[in-house]
Amino acid sequence: MSALPTLLPEATTAGGYLLVLMLVLPLAGVFAALTLGGRNARRVAMLTIPAGLALAVVIGVELVQSDRTLVYLLGGWAPPLGIALRADGLSAVMLLTTTVVLLGVALFAREEFNTPENVPESRAPFMFWTLLLAVWGALNAVFLAGDLFTLYVALELLTFAGVPLVSLEGRPETLQAALRYLLFALFGSVLYMLGAVLLYGAYGTLDIALLAERVRPEAVSFVAAALMTTGLLAKTALFPFHLWLPPAHAGAPAAASAVLSALVVKGSWFLVVRLWFDVMPGVVTLPAAQLLGALGTAAIVVGSVVALRQERLKLLVAYSTMAQIGYLFLMFPLAFDSAGSELVHGAALTGGFLQVISHATAKAGMFMAAGLIYAALGHDRIADLAGVARAMPVTVLAIALAGLALMGVVPSGAYLAKKLMLDAADGSGQWWWIIVLQGGAVFTAGYVVLVLASVLRSRSEPMPLVKRVSRLSEIVALVLSTSSLLLALAALGPVVPGELIANPLAPKELGMLLAVVLGGALLALGLSRRSLFGARTDSEANGGSLRRSAVAVGKAFELADRLIRRWQFASISLLVMVALVGGLLVSSVST
Amino acid sequence: MNAPTLFGLCGAALVGLGLYGLIVNPQPLRKILSFNLIGSGVFLLFGVVARRGAALGMGGDPVPQALVITGIVVAFSATALAVALLLRLQEASGSATLSSPESADRPEA
Repeated sequence: MSALPTLLPEATTAGGYLLVLMLVLPLAGVFAALTLGGRNARRVAMLTIPAGLALAVVIGVELVQSDRTLVYLLGGWAPPLGIALRADGLSAVMLLTTTVVLLGVALFAREEFNTPENVPESRAPFMFWTLLLAVWGALNAVFLAGDLFTLYVALELLTFAGVPLVSLEGRPETLQAALRYLLFALFGSVLYMLGAVLLYGAYGTLDIALLAERVRPEAVSFVAAALMTTGLLAKTALFPFHLWLPPAHAGAPAAASAVLSALVVKGSWFLVVRLWFDVMPGVVTLPAAQLLGALGTAAIVVGSVVALRQERLKLLVAYSTMAQIGYLFLMFPLAFDSAGSELVHGAALTGGFLQVISHATAKAGMFMAAGLIYAALGHDRIADLAGVARAMPVTVLAIALAGLALMGVVPSGAYLAKKLMLDAADGSGQWWWIIVLQGGAVFTAGYVVLVLASVLRSRSEPMPLVKRVSRLSEIVALVLSTSSLLLALAALGPVVPGELIANPLAPKELGMLLAVVLGGALLALGLSRRSLFGARTDSEANGGSLRRSAVAVGKAFELADRLIRRWQFASISLLVMVALVGGLLVSSVST
Repeated sequence: MNAPTLFGLCGAALVGLGLYGLIVNPQPLRKILSFNLIGSGVFLLFGVVARRGAALGMGGDPVPQALVITGIVVAFSATALAVALLLRLQEASGSATLSSPESADRPEA
């Protein structure tokens, strides 16, 4: 993964037209779906997404063969007058991940969003397929755009496509969740826009490659960096800006939740990475990165603990998304060079991207599985899931594998990512991140154990299934979860040093696995609403004193989460965050 | 005080007013309007930035103008989407509030 080129003047490279195709394909799909209407929307999606997958692979191959960033100058005008599309290694990886996950989602939703036979068009399926293509187009634009303003437009498109997905079912709660999501995202984007305006005012361009050369560590770039970063964090739903995420992701239909959780939040995360690593690697400072890492840690702890306190499976998975978003920000403090003065494209960044990909696939699989359980049972109350493992073994296997992949203790994408980041933390002497990286797995294990314990409980009477779920959907969920594990094969490639993978059966690794699962089980035992093994519902009141104090801690976390998710609190913390990031950037210059 | 400073101050005042409304006012429609106010402030600022190009003997830098127009279109679409959602919410639930995150938590209750 190479940095963006700084050679000028730029020209369209061979294969540059592929980037245009990658942008045009989904958007042409949106227009085709809108005009053809009805059941054709699904046909269009089913045709364009596989074609897009082929295109993403071709872009990847072209990139590896030419070993340089692919560039396309729109209309032949070079920046700063014109607009460039660029694809580097990071873009190619994200394009591929997005298309694979979307293909999975499309196959998963084939049955659920099928237009009924007796009507020419029904609202939810028609909108779902059209919006799916729109999300795809917006994401491709985020990964390919070469200037900060096009990125702003792409990010807004992503929000506009993502918000209606939340309220597809049209229930009042989901409409409210969608509106909260939209308003908070707009708050974030206006901050981002203000930052972009300041950068243009100071340096006269918004092109990423040009800005990277011109930008200097001075007051205006500090303010711009603080505004833009904070705005993007609001859209990524990093703690404490997650007010919109749990209701939105839990209320959406399963296929939509999978897209929102696996892909949409990654769009704004990707932009933070672009901003920090490619636009202003010399402007951002280690203390500011430590702040991002600290918020990530808080997200892991609060998200996991509140996940354990949920009564409904989909909300549990939504809170686990919040925790997993925290992981994505741990790489920022680790990616600084040894002197701590500049961000570098290195092992930590590779680790961050491995984490994104493994989270995208595993989380999509997990949301799909949760949705299948909801569809089959007609509810997703965690307390009444006994017997699901026997009735839906494939779905439960998908949850188990996704959970295992997220924990990062057995060879998987997240495992490699953790190894890379541990290595970076060790190298730069930031021991506290080693604790977070190792301890985070325990929290993840906590809610995975909780879910597995509830579905594995046996049931005396036969399982009342309200609906048979499609076999294809179950298999798609399983395949996505498995592919998160198979990402461990990246160790065979040139990107990841092979010696990082220890023998998974070595005593040390097995001991680690055991410790993490046991720690998770203890967490689940102490903090969950109901006792892990019995069907007793009143166990919260009459447990031992240890259990009682654990429950008190859990309740305190829930209360804190509810407070943080209030609109006023979240929006004021956005402003405080701007001041904090700005202050941290300025302070490191004066010393 | 020269014109750019005056415009800059106006932009800042608009952003400030909008921020206050967005944070404090509980009504979603007011929040949408406040968002538009912040947006106007940012666009005004961007317009002032265009004066930088005047040094080259031109009346102003054309790029910010183009970007502001795009920005206005985006803000307009955002407003339209938000208002549409708000109307649907009013239709479906009889009230249009963003509050009660507890009830938004538990659609099954």
